[in-house]
Amino acid sequence: MVKFAKILALSAVAALFASPLFHSSKALASGSAEPLLEVSWSHRGPLGTFDRASLQRGLQVYREVCSGCHGLRFIAFRNLLEIGLKEAEAKVIAAEYTTMDGPNDEGEMYERPGKLSDYMPSPFDNEKAARASNNGAFPPDLSLMAKARIGGENYIYSLLLGYEEEAPEGVTLAEGMSYNRFFPGHQIAMGPPIDDEAVEYADGTVPTKEQIAKDVSAFLMWTAEPALEQRKRMGVKVILFLVVLTIVLYGVKRKVWADLH
Amino acid sequence: MSGHSSFQTNNPVLKWIEYRLPIFGFINDSLVVYPTPKNLNYWWNMGSLAGMMLVLQIITGVVLAMHYTPHADLAFASTEHIMRDVNYGWMLRYMHANGGSMFFIVVYIHIFRGMYYGSYKAPRELLWWLGIIIFILMMATAFMGYVLPWGQMSFWGATVITNLFSAIPIVGEAIVTWLWGGFAVDQPTLNRFYSLHYLLPFVIFAVVFIHLWALHVHKSNNPLGIDIKGPQDTIPFHPYYTVKDLYGMGIFGIIFAWLLFFAPNLLGEPDNYIPANPLVTPTHIVPEWYFLPFYAILRAIPDKLFGVIAMFASLFILFALPWLDTSKVRSARFRPVYKMLFWAFFINCFVLGYIGAKPPEGIFLVVGRLSTALYFLFFLVLPFIGWFERPKKLPESIATAVLESSGDDGGGGGGAPDGAAAKAEDRG
Repeated sequence: MVKFAKILALSAVAALFASPLFHSSKALASGSAEPLLEVSWSHRGPLGTFDRASLQRGLQVYREVCSGCHGLRFIAFRNLLEIGLKEAEAKVIAAEYTTMDGPNDEGEMYERPGKLSDYMPSPFDNEKAARASNNGAFPPDLSLMAKARIGGENYIYSLLLGYEEEAPEGVTLAEGMSYNRFFPGHQIAMGPPIDDEAVEYADGTVPTKEQIAKDVSAFLMWTAEPALEQRKRMGVKVILFLVVLTIVLYGVKRKVWADLH
Repeated sequence: MSGHSSFQTNNPVLKWIEYRLPIFGFINDSLVVYPTPKNLNYWWNMGSLAGMMLVLQIITGVVLAMHYTPHADLAFASTEHIMRDVNYGWMLRYMHANGGSMFFIVVYIHIFRGMYYGSYKAPRELLWWLGIIIFILMMATAFMGYVLPWGQMSFWGATVITNLFSAIPIVGEAIVTWLWGGFAVDQPTLNRFYSLHYLLPFVIFAVVFIHLWALHVHKSNNPLGIDIKGPQDTIPFHPYYTVKDLYGMGIFGIIFAWLLFFAPNLLGEPDNYIPANPLVTPTHIVPEWYFLPFYAILRAIPDKLFGVIAMFASLFILFALPWLDTSKVRSARFRPVYKMLFWAFFINCFVLGYIGAKPPEGIFLVVGRLSTALYFLFFLVLPFIGWFERPKKLPESIATAVLESSGDDGGGGGGAPDGAAAKAEDRG
């Protein structure tokens, strides 16, 4: 038992090393004092899986609301099969976009409908073009947004719902800016993007703004970490294996050392 | 055990090889019959764990390098390519990134263990030095590796750290330009960091080899800190410590797997998932957690040059430890004053780490300065402790101590020595 206690102490030190530093560095980096809104996500926890229906609704929200300004450059149309779209459905979506391809045998560039192997086209040709049409602001690519902000998908969800019609007293907003409780500095160039019934869901889900925010946040978690399910499934197997192996090794160790006692 | 090899065989092929290159004898002497103090506790598992992590980092790193592109325009996207399109690429990258953290955790425990039990004292000073060299090489390697994904924190971390050299009078600016290969952190910087990040692990590997060479001359220290007096004090490395190390690797593997599969971004900075942008500075530039104590020391000093000097001094002062510690007794177990001092130093390192993650203002700055002073005070006070401290009575030998307190601290190493000694002789 003494040995177990020592191993426990050892792990505790390892954890100690990690946890306080982690929390401090996180807390420090967050600009907004307001705690994020909490939602329950099916993909959280060691056995969590994505809610396919929600991801597909999120895709719809992205395409109908976000994609006007925000790109998704690391997602190819073929990836949409992973969230449960049929190949034919993904092909239809891909074909709705036109892509520049070429050069062909005559040396000309040409436009053609998107294919499964194409990546989601970005809405602007470059950052300058994006800023020119967005009051000087640059709408970031959303592929990794759920990992690039403290709070992850909870941050995206909170941000989408954190708009106030009027800035609190004493706060003056610059021209064209909106007030958001969760945005660092509270002044955000993006206007409130969603409202109740901003989209119409084909599966009959009621499109409240909370529902819309949740679906698109879950979708963006998937775009940021598409291997999440595979990772967790493998993690469970690996840890179970290691636990059994370690118990066996402990037994062997006891047996080998027994002749010294 | 030294001198002539203990390896005996009748196999003609092995004999033929052994006559020309005594490699089996070498392995036999250093991993099988190698005499090890019988009372090592679990803190002595860290060395083999660190070795395992080095090998794992090299393996995952070599495979990652097959898919990564060291170009300022492509590095970020190629990292995402690894995460998304390479088979098990996400696992390789998370294993490598978190492996770095686990490597540092293990090495930090290894260093603290050496300090607690006085493993740096004669005749192990060079062993200790080689360890510090490995630690410094690890820091350089980790720093350059963190730059490779070319995220915001990669870029700005590289900018801040390389800029430290500009504090050097007269030649500082020239050195920084030389390090960058230009006038800012850019493509040449990324390319050379990639090259060096690939090179340094093999340098570390070589120094680890010398570290083990030095270790095997006077053998491991032990929790009692007294010398091996004879075969009754030791047991052969195999099977006793091979199995104990394997068991430790199992426990370690579970912790590592948990981090890797269930919290792979816990120790990372979200900002590094934003592509590097020289025009946008992150609000808070924070190094990886394992650099935080040193970062705190750097920022505690108001003057840039002296801050840099203090930071490097906090590292290099470890080289002087064997001579700063004037006590003849190694283990803190028999040194009541040093023991308290050690724990104060230990806690202070955590305080420094905490401060390193905070902005250098208000109370954090005050505490940071105090902690920095305490850090160096430890090394200043140390020589005097050795003079006035009255150490407790040391046991006669490892064997008698183990007999007296069976199971107390031996980590399974307690018990009657006779059988083990006999066994060691059989094998030897």
